[in-house]
Amino acid sequence: MAYVAVKGGERAIDNAHAWLAEDRRGDPAVPELSLAQIQEQLGRSVDRVMAEGSLYDPHLAALAVKQAQGDIIEAAFLLRAYRTTLPRFGYATPADTAAMQIRRRISAVYKDLPGGQVLGPTYDYTHRLLDFMLAAEGKPPAPAPLAEATEPTMPRVSDILRGEDLIEGDGEPNPAQEPGDLTREPLAFPASRDVRLQALARGDEGFLLAMGYSTQRGYGGNHPFVGEIRVGEVSVEIVPPELGFAIDIGDVTLTECQMVNQFKGSKTKPPQFTRGYGLVFGHAERKAMGMALVDRAMRHDEFAEEPNAPAQNVEFVLYHSDNIEGTGFVEHLKLPHYVDFQSELETIRRMRREAEANSAAMKEAAE
Amino acid sequence: MNGYNFAYLDEQTKRMIRRALLKAVAIPGHQVPFGSREMPLPYGWGTGGIQVTASVLGAADTLKVIDQGADDTTNAVSIRRFFARTAGVATTTDTNEATIIQTRHRIPEKALREDQIIVYQVPQPEPLSKLEPSRAETRRMHALAEYGSMHVRLYEDITRFGHVAISYDYPVMVNHRYLMAPSPIPAFDNPKMHMMPALQLFGAGREKRIYAIPPYTDVRSLDFDDHPFRTTRAPQCCALCGADDSYLDEVVTDDQGGRMFVCSDTDHCETRQAEGHTGTGEPIAREAAE
Amino acid sequence: MTEETLLSARGLSLHFGKVPALVNVDADLWPGEVLAVVGESGSGKTTLLNVLSGRIRADSGVTWYRDPQSRLHDVHAMPAPALRALHRSDWGFVHQNPRDNLRMSVSAGGNVGERLMAAGNRHYGNIREAAIDWLAQVEIDPARVDDMPRTFSGGMLQRLQIARTLVTHPRLVFMDEPTGGLDVSVQARLLDLIRSLVARLNIAVVLVTHDLAVARLLAHRIMVMQRGEVVETGLTDQVLDDPQHAYTQLLVSSVLQA
Repeated sequence: MAYVAVKGGERAIDNAHAWLAEDRRGDPAVPELSLAQIQEQLGRSVDRVMAEGSLYDPHLAALAVKQAQGDIIEAAFLLRAYRTTLPRFGYATPADTAAMQIRRRISAVYKDLPGGQVLGPTYDYTHRLLDFMLAAEGKPPAPAPLAEATEPTMPRVSDILRGEDLIEGDGEPNPAQEPGDLTREPLAFPASRDVRLQALARGDEGFLLAMGYSTQRGYGGNHPFVGEIRVGEVSVEIVPPELGFAIDIGDVTLTECQMVNQFKGSKTKPPQFTRGYGLVFGHAERKAMGMALVDRAMRHDEFAEEPNAPAQNVEFVLYHSDNIEGTGFVEHLKLPHYVDFQSELETIRRMRREAEANSAAMKEAAE
Repeated sequence: MNGYNFAYLDEQTKRMIRRALLKAVAIPGHQVPFGSREMPLPYGWGTGGIQVTASVLGAADTLKVIDQGADDTTNAVSIRRFFARTAGVATTTDTNEATIIQTRHRIPEKALREDQIIVYQVPQPEPLSKLEPSRAETRRMHALAEYGSMHVRLYEDITRFGHVAISYDYPVMVNHRYLMAPSPIPAFDNPKMHMMPALQLFGAGREKRIYAIPPYTDVRSLDFDDHPFRTTRAPQCCALCGADDSYLDEVVTDDQGGRMFVCSDTDHCETRQAEGHTGTGEPIAREAAE
Repeated sequence: MTEETLLSARGLSLHFGKVPALVNVDADLWPGEVLAVVGESGSGKTTLLNVLSGRIRADSGVTWYRDPQSRLHDVHAMPAPALRALHRSDWGFVHQNPRDNLRMSVSAGGNVGERLMAAGNRHYGNIREAAIDWLAQVEIDPARVDDMPRTFSGGMLQRLQIARTLVTHPRLVFMDEPTGGLDVSVQARLLDLIRSLVARLNIAVVLVTHDLAVARLLAHRIMVMQRGEVVETGLTDQVLDDPQHAYTQLLVSSVLQA
């Protein structure tokens, strides 16, 4: 009977899952992907899943990419759901990006600078021509040329500018106040900058790209320069209470972006450049840059700027940057809503009956 | 299930949620922010309700899960399985047997008892969200009980349509103090919330809010003295059990406009059929449905 | 005057950075009286309005308000809920731009009725009747009760804002350049309307205006402000016909020349 057909049922779910497993595997004649292959050859996908899944574990992220058939948001969701179940042993000390093992470091504000410009593995100056050589499984590429590191120190551009007091400082952390943690405490407004940056670091790359882009097109613009982008490995340290000193528990790959923005000053305070900051797990320059632009836009109240653009609206940005929340709520529209729809049907029928009765009465009165 | 705690969430998290629940019960209708966790089901699919259920569920409980009033809708099945798998509790489709009922979009037809808890899945806990998008501002409006704007909305509906045109998620005033979203239940179900003997808990996972109505609390649907709140249902009888007072689903049976009206509460319908009540069992033609 | 004041301020001072916005300002307002605060832009008159109405806080000084039961309240010490309740019952605020106050996507009737609903009125028929009555009082065709404000002219919007504000019969209304931005002919009609409503309903008004002609037409008394200070105060005719302070003389003469 038709009635049963519209209801779901256990069998339907089981069958759907079985079909999904088959669909995920694809043609069994084609060799199955290994997690090592995903981790090594789809590194940018793995990085994005770690950043938006907010869990640094390339192996699990590769598994999530495989399980989600390459659907990045679905994969990030898998990682997030796993992350909630993990116990929290402690908090790391602040990562020192000045001590980063640099793979790539560029600055757009200086022609040259201590430590030099290091292009590293970038798509920036590639010609976007499909490389048909890659379609044929070939030999590994010839190794890239090696060179000795000439200058071991790579000071951050913000520290260089800071030397002349030309840019605002990092600010001192308030020792009395732990940084906020969105994964434990719900958002509250006004949201402090630590919480805002955490939300952006977990946020959707596409959303941050669009919001950052909108600031460049005049919606909350703040005339940015890329002070510096650096990508590389940073060690993570924790201080176990039993030891009382920091120990290194491993390395993470980070992308950091320091945007240098229009200067601000007043009669009493000489002008200084202001900053927007982006920090993302993995190699993710586009997202780090978008994050830095949006971070700066959301700081309008510190600089007495008129907040009238979407990227400056802290509530708007923070409530809509999380793609796991967004995808869940958008896709929940697929769930049955027929009870609500039925009540709308009854209301609209009643309104139409009344409208028809009214027009009939008016017609009668006119005649 | 191996590797996971009873009912999935760790005990610390459940304790945090229970603290939020206690606060919510103490201030009926007030939205309490809580540290909503990522769940293995998507946001918007019942994560708030699942976290609340997980926090109040004990090994001796019997769980019923409904979606659109039915126990066998896919999402209800999925959530019931989740708890069967992670908590190993008994599950039922019988409203009478259940100690905890998690629901999306309906309140069972059968009156609930003092020894039962109903947990609502809530997509949008803020009743003022369509009038004021900023949560900082709506919090202020609740704190000051500034609800004039909601009545303006009702006024506008009456002016335009002759009656209030909200058919589900119809706002209610709880304990004469807090304006509350009852979740997208049809307005038909609103009167059941008033002075209900069972504890009513509401979980909104994505929006990270919990709220509650303690047993025997005054819950009024907003209205005007001269335009009192009234409920709507399809003016037919259930084709399967003949009920003329239950909320009905409309099932399209062909492409000629024929349909069938059946109880949305499947347990209610089956119980009635077992008691010997019958309907016509036949679809009706288009004209009769309108 | 023997009657007790409705609103009294003593020693109000406020600085924005180094700029003095208010310097030791005293003000008194009696029931049913219209007090005009005049001065050029930057003189502190709008700041004074915002401080008197509790919308912003002064650095020092106090503002007292006497409620209908004759109890005195320190406006800036009132809890936020009480102040907001006051603002939607016994007080009113008429903005220069009516769009800052009106709900543009709500019908004229809904706009007028909102304060009644906020005050707990739950009878649709009575609310609608009051709205229709008020539209007539502000000379808007009652047949337009269900129309959206966006279909109204600038002068009508301002009259709608006044109806929306007066519907709860406030005893005290703050007005910020209520005729600013309107054509001269529209202004004259609006001024006549405000004058007759205020007199008939015995409403006290603090009126901020840069336009001495508006002050002369509406106000019983006048306060002249310059750089945050009250330089002259007195009965309107007296001050405008025989200004004592050099700045007032300048203001009056520049109007005459214009």
